[in-house]
Amino acid sequence: MADVAYQQDLDALNPPLVLGDQSYGKITRDVSEIIERKTPTEWYIAISISSFFAIILLGMLGYLAFTGIGVWGNNSPVFWAWDITNFVFWIGIGHAGTLISAILFLFRQKWRTSINRAAEAMTLFAVACAGIFPLFHTGRPWRAYWLFPIPNLDLNMWQNFRSPLLWDVFAVSTYGTVSAMFWYVGLVPDLATIRDRAVRDGKPIRALIFGVLALGWRGSVRHWQHYEKAYLILAGLSTPLVLSVHTIVSFDFAVSVIPGWHTTIFPPYFVAGAVFSGFAMVMTLMVVSRWALKLKHLVTMKHLENMCKVMLATGSIVGYAYCVEFFTAFFSGNPYERFVFLNRATGPYSWAVITMFTCNVISPQLFWFKKVRTSIPAMFILSIVINIGMWFERFVIIVTSLHRDYLPSSWGYFRPTFVDIFTFIGSVGLFFTLFLLFIRFLPMIAMAEVKGMMAQESMEKQALEQKGAH
Amino acid sequence: MSEQITPTIPAPLAPKEIYGVVGEFDTPEGLLHAAKAMYAEGYTNIDAMSPFAIHGLEDAIGMKRSPLGYIVFAIGLFGMLNALLLQWWTGAVSYPLVIGGKPLFAFEFSIPVTFELTVLFSSFAAVLGMFALNGLPRFHHPAMHYKNFTGVTDDRFLLVIERTDPLFDAEVARQHLIDQGAVDTELVEA
Amino acid sequence: MSSNINGKQYWRSLDELADSPKFHEWLHREFPENASEMLDGGSRRTMLKLMAASFGLAGLTACRRPVERILPNSLGVEDYIPGKSMFYATAYTQNGFASGLLVECHDGRPTKIEGNPKHPYSLGAASALAQGSLLNLYDPDRAKHVMEGARKATWEEFFKAAKQKLDATGGGAGVRILTESSTSPSLAALKKQVMTKYPQAKWVEYESLNRDEIVGGAQLAFGQPLETHYHFDKAAVVVALDSDFLGIDEPTILPTKQFSKRRRILESSGEMNRLYAAESAYTITGAMADHRLRARTADIGLLASALAKEVGVGGELKVLQGNQPAYAKWVTAVAKDLKAHAGKSIVVAGPKQPAAVHALIHAINKQLGNFGETVTFTKLESSEPHVSGLKTLANEMAGSQVRVLLIIGGNPAYTAPTDLDFGANMKRVDFSAYLGEEVNETAASANWALPKTHFLEAWGDARAMDGTATVMQPMIEPLYEGKPAIEVLALLADLKDKRPYDIVHNYWTEQWSAADRERKWRKALHEGTVEGTAYAEVKPASVAAAPALPAAPEGMEVVFRPSASLYDGRFANNPWLQETPDPITKLVWDNAAMVSPATAKSLNVVNGDVLTIQASGREVSTPVMIQPGHAENSVTVALGYGRTRCGHVGTGVGHNVGVIRTSTAFWYAIGAKVTKTSDSYALVTTQEHFSMEGRPLVLEAGLEEYKKHPEFVKGEGEHQELFSLFEEHKYDKGNQWGMVIDLNTCIGCNACLVACIAENNIPVVGKAGVAKGREMHWIRLDRYYVGNSEDPQLVTQPINCQQCESAPCESVCPVAATIHSPEGLNDMAYNRCIGTRYCANNCPYKVRRFNFLDYHKDLQESTKMVHNPNVTVRMRGVMEKCNYCVQRIQETKIAAHADGRRPIRDGEVLTACQQTCPADAIVFGNILDPNSEVAKRKKQDTHYALLAELNTKPRTTFSAKLRNPNPELA
Repeated sequence: MADVAYQQDLDALNPPLVLGDQSYGKITRDVSEIIERKTPTEWYIAISISSFFAIILLGMLGYLAFTGIGVWGNNSPVFWAWDITNFVFWIGIGHAGTLISAILFLFRQKWRTSINRAAEAMTLFAVACAGIFPLFHTGRPWRAYWLFPIPNLDLNMWQNFRSPLLWDVFAVSTYGTVSAMFWYVGLVPDLATIRDRAVRDGKPIRALIFGVLALGWRGSVRHWQHYEKAYLILAGLSTPLVLSVHTIVSFDFAVSVIPGWHTTIFPPYFVAGAVFSGFAMVMTLMVVSRWALKLKHLVTMKHLENMCKVMLATGSIVGYAYCVEFFTAFFSGNPYERFVFLNRATGPYSWAVITMFTCNVISPQLFWFKKVRTSIPAMFILSIVINIGMWFERFVIIVTSLHRDYLPSSWGYFRPTFVDIFTFIGSVGLFFTLFLLFIRFLPMIAMAEVKGMMAQESMEKQALEQKGAH
Repeated sequence: MSEQITPTIPAPLAPKEIYGVVGEFDTPEGLLHAAKAMYAEGYTNIDAMSPFAIHGLEDAIGMKRSPLGYIVFAIGLFGMLNALLLQWWTGAVSYPLVIGGKPLFAFEFSIPVTFELTVLFSSFAAVLGMFALNGLPRFHHPAMHYKNFTGVTDDRFLLVIERTDPLFDAEVARQHLIDQGAVDTELVEA
Repeated sequence: MSSNINGKQYWRSLDELADSPKFHEWLHREFPENASEMLDGGSRRTMLKLMAASFGLAGLTACRRPVERILPNSLGVEDYIPGKSMFYATAYTQNGFASGLLVECHDGRPTKIEGNPKHPYSLGAASALAQGSLLNLYDPDRAKHVMEGARKATWEEFFKAAKQKLDATGGGAGVRILTESSTSPSLAALKKQVMTKYPQAKWVEYESLNRDEIVGGAQLAFGQPLETHYHFDKAAVVVALDSDFLGIDEPTILPTKQFSKRRRILESSGEMNRLYAAESAYTITGAMADHRLRARTADIGLLASALAKEVGVGGELKVLQGNQPAYAKWVTAVAKDLKAHAGKSIVVAGPKQPAAVHALIHAINKQLGNFGETVTFTKLESSEPHVSGLKTLANEMAGSQVRVLLIIGGNPAYTAPTDLDFGANMKRVDFSAYLGEEVNETAASANWALPKTHFLEAWGDARAMDGTATVMQPMIEPLYEGKPAIEVLALLADLKDKRPYDIVHNYWTEQWSAADRERKWRKALHEGTVEGTAYAEVKPASVAAAPALPAAPEGMEVVFRPSASLYDGRFANNPWLQETPDPITKLVWDNAAMVSPATAKSLNVVNGDVLTIQASGREVSTPVMIQPGHAENSVTVALGYGRTRCGHVGTGVGHNVGVIRTSTAFWYAIGAKVTKTSDSYALVTTQEHFSMEGRPLVLEAGLEEYKKHPEFVKGEGEHQELFSLFEEHKYDKGNQWGMVIDLNTCIGCNACLVACIAENNIPVVGKAGVAKGREMHWIRLDRYYVGNSEDPQLVTQPINCQQCESAPCESVCPVAATIHSPEGLNDMAYNRCIGTRYCANNCPYKVRRFNFLDYHKDLQESTKMVHNPNVTVRMRGVMEKCNYCVQRIQETKIAAHADGRRPIRDGEVLTACQQTCPADAIVFGNILDPNSEVAKRKKQDTHYALLAELNTKPRTTFSAKLRNPNPELA
């Protein structure tokens, strides 16, 4: 009797991560059937909307490449505006996936298992969207390959390794590659599962495709041994990597001489912001897909609540960073720094600063309340609010610092053109298109990991019961 | 399923054509327990297959630790050297240019790229190394002849005594597996 | 939208962005008939033919042999090295007065205008307008063919028709010839011959920015028309009464040269002159002033008479009413200062002031004993009053007494006082012909529109103010069918010499002994001046008693001033000058009604609100621009805008305020009624923020303070000792180029800016481009107001690339497209640039310019001929900026290398901006050479680097600005 009561308290403290009476087979079915069953109409509707915007993106980029940066609102002194804002925004979102797979893995956070696959996929797609902007913001995109150290015969020149922008090139491309590998390695056992189900159900084409993708995985203990090792190493590598990426992105600004950019606080501040926005985006996506794909028993309230807690934490760090920035500016006694921050608060862009502050500092504080943390609509709305806020954060950092720097004679003001606006909307369209394709054609929950986690829990439970029996 | 399984005895096969004896289990605990027992019996060429990693299994059947770590370290180091070499050679040797009055090469501004390339090389080493050590991609394997193989990525747990095992004897091995609670066993062709 | 991204829009209005139907309709309405002309291949072929032809011409003029026929270049030409530029002397005229030029020609194409160092009135510098006039030569909208109405005709037809008409008049009764001001001796000679042939004909001169009042003043004072010469280099105290003698009011830049000589101060023991200015709207002279008094243009007379009284001029003099205490204080102090510097002072009044004021000025200068010292006189070629002359003509036309009207140059239909209704009256003349460079308003109202040659295309001559003559030689065969005035007259009057060359050559050579004729002629061509042509000084016996001044009633006045960029509108179709910002307001592609902040408040308007100005019974609507330092109850409007016919670029740009300018209220109208309308209008400036925000950018001190603390600049912009993370590159070998800009002498006249445009093929981005902040100028003149917003002082700071030794832009370029040359230049590798724009973000001086669009895509072939072949034309998507005219440095290095690897002499390399600076405010050279001027300037105690605390180690640095205030007014 006692042990049962004991077990109940335990559940209250630490609710199970998989609800209901689950068998390994059921998990396999629930997840696999999402991609095996006939394509639902809702999916077609969704993807036609998102791909419509993705096509707009193509149009805008074509227009840009054929006519010049002049089609954007960029000017002197605001030489960077929405282009780099969008870049940093997407890169930031691309941080949650790896963070969840790598860092939470190293911290043995079991709850990651149901969300890490989707989060990693989201990371990849975000990085893809981010990559577009540095490429197309160049005046001569057809020369953008000069950013890579490829021996070239036309000028025989090399890159300038002093430039943060070049560091970016290396950081972002490395990050993209490593995340892709990490994601794929995680996928292999599940691809094998789909393959085998296809073989069993006599679906030759699917069997062939997934057979190739699964590389002949057969779940042998020898595989698992190296596999686990590799996964551990990748996690170990990705952890500093994910931190380095946004650090280096922040160097684009921190290493410059422009007041408002030239700040040592940027690296930690940017990383926190990235995690913040990344989790917000995972939240947005998970809330929708767990409902649409009936995975409430796998992506449980506990997962969502944990994410809320992470957002609360990172959101507070971001808020703290804002305040420290202001304080430092005034404490430094540097008139230019002071002016920039005064100008942010009171200048022509104060509206953007207010939006940023409300969305990023005030709204996440609501997560202190369990009611909010456990209310789906609340967290859904907040996650979107936070993403808006984080976009504005980048806009504020880039544009308000540039538009009024050292010489008042060259101060200016930035206004976006319709091309700016549709390019951004288009990138959002591309992101959702890719994500929709993912949930349609690949297992969006890491079955092998969830099962493994279940097995572990049940073993622990048994051990516990034996203990309880005494 | 219950214990009443009457294993079908197939026509004797020539030793060469045999892959091994496969025993199927319902639970990871069962597999683990059986594996330990078989290893205790003195079997050395044991393989196990499961839909997910079962902790302690590799020790249970006495496998060596994975050398992947060393490989990754070596390649990572190689990547780091590459990165430094690239930045030094392009900046200071191949096409020296005075940029911002800064030196042609300095560690200060080489750190980010060096770090990134190190990570990149290491990750490739980890992933490719892992597949290499696993002998993947390999699209066919005798184990796949087992009638219920497709379950292994779903909820089945298999234990294999391979023919190459010095103690290998189909009948004995199978009896052992059954004793360890295999719900089904089969002699699988190579 | 597409029309605004292909870069073509530069000559259009903001409407084009919106691409509104209004704009479209406007576009079609305003197109000149022959605009399509330049699109067909035909004219392009002719262009090439002419270019090939002009090689020969250039070569031969090089050896000073007159060439009137086209030579195939295959014959080869003496002295001509393909690709090597050649310089020929000629002159630019304004109000008819010559400033000598040296024109650089590349392969027979004039590509750059410089001042002629040997010419007394240019001394090596050239004004912004003179330099800009080059682009008019290549203007695709120029008058190209003889047109009878809309019909394309030929010269033969014209002369046939014209001769008939002339002969019909017999002695030339009812024949009128209208020209611009001219000092051309050969034209004058022709005129005589023509007048003898047609004794009843009348010859009228008209310039809308004429010097009637100045001439009239001399007439009043001395009873004879005399040319007044002020010698600013001899004056310790200068009082400018509504006179922009450093700017647009002077036909030449000599006064600037002289003034800056007295302004420059190299060590604290030095002395510098003191400038007082009284004016309504800010001018660059007012900006240079040590004491500037805001006064209505109408009140300047009062000041003059009060000043006269104070310095002791006798006669009936108005005194100041009690309502101008500020004036009184100012006048007493100034008078005291003047008396203290008797004989070493100048009082000068501007052309807007009535003759009486000028007479008064003469009295004052006489009283101060400045005559013969700082003020001298010579005879005056023509003293015919322009306005009254034109008025008579207009009346005759209205009365249909004019039978044949020949208009040579100018654009009276646009510039004439509106009450003369000149354009309409031209229709009442039964035979009218207009010889002009443009297809303009006047051409539209004439029966015959004849193409006139540009001054770089034809032979001619002109006198400087002191009479020194210059023979103007052609640099290039006429691009179209144009003929110079002298040729047309000669042909009409059927005179002996008909070819322009013969006319000019014979006129001069006939005055010389047969022996050394040709030598003298060649010398004249080579030097750019004809020796012994300067007038003798005239010493006026006495000065008549100061005349009574017209009363200056209270009320709102409207003042008409020339546009600093378009002059009287003749440069309206010149994109370079349209995009040259006004030196004070930084306004481009527009004019505006300037009012003081207080007046603006009382009218309750903000920048861009449209005002209706009613004066002399007429009204005009124009946007308002608030101008700190402007006088109260006064509105200043710039002439030269709102052209209705002048080509693609200028048509419909700005507002024509000439419609309220009458022959009676010619320079200013009192009792104007100004009302706010509901509309507003987009005014575009290259600078939007005019306060230094308390930052140590332009360092300034009073002379006394400077003498007390010569090191005052050190105190400014304090920062802790600077160190670097790295061992920095040593620039200790060879030439290390550096520049010092003397803020104390810089007057902010834009000459450097236009020079840079011409030298470096800088594209024009148009009003829409500037509105987006995308102007491309490599050197800009930052303008800051200091002091209260009602009556501030003004400072100018030319900013080009500072060529930082630790350049922030270089470090951040990922592809190493901007790097340092061994000679310390911050080089741009255009073909390596991929356009990340990171460098521009990281430039604290914001001197980098980005090709947001392809700004050269839609240039006409003819316009492309103006490009300097030694400078890359940058493509879309790359960054560009000042590089100290690296092409000039290289040219000099090659030359030095060629003659025995000698080191480059100091001052041998001149950057375009430096060469043309009328104030010699820019010094450039090798900073490693201790004897170089630049090295010396960098040791000066007023020397400082902008934003030094960033440790960018700029090579371009500044000498602080000094003012020399009168302690009594401080």
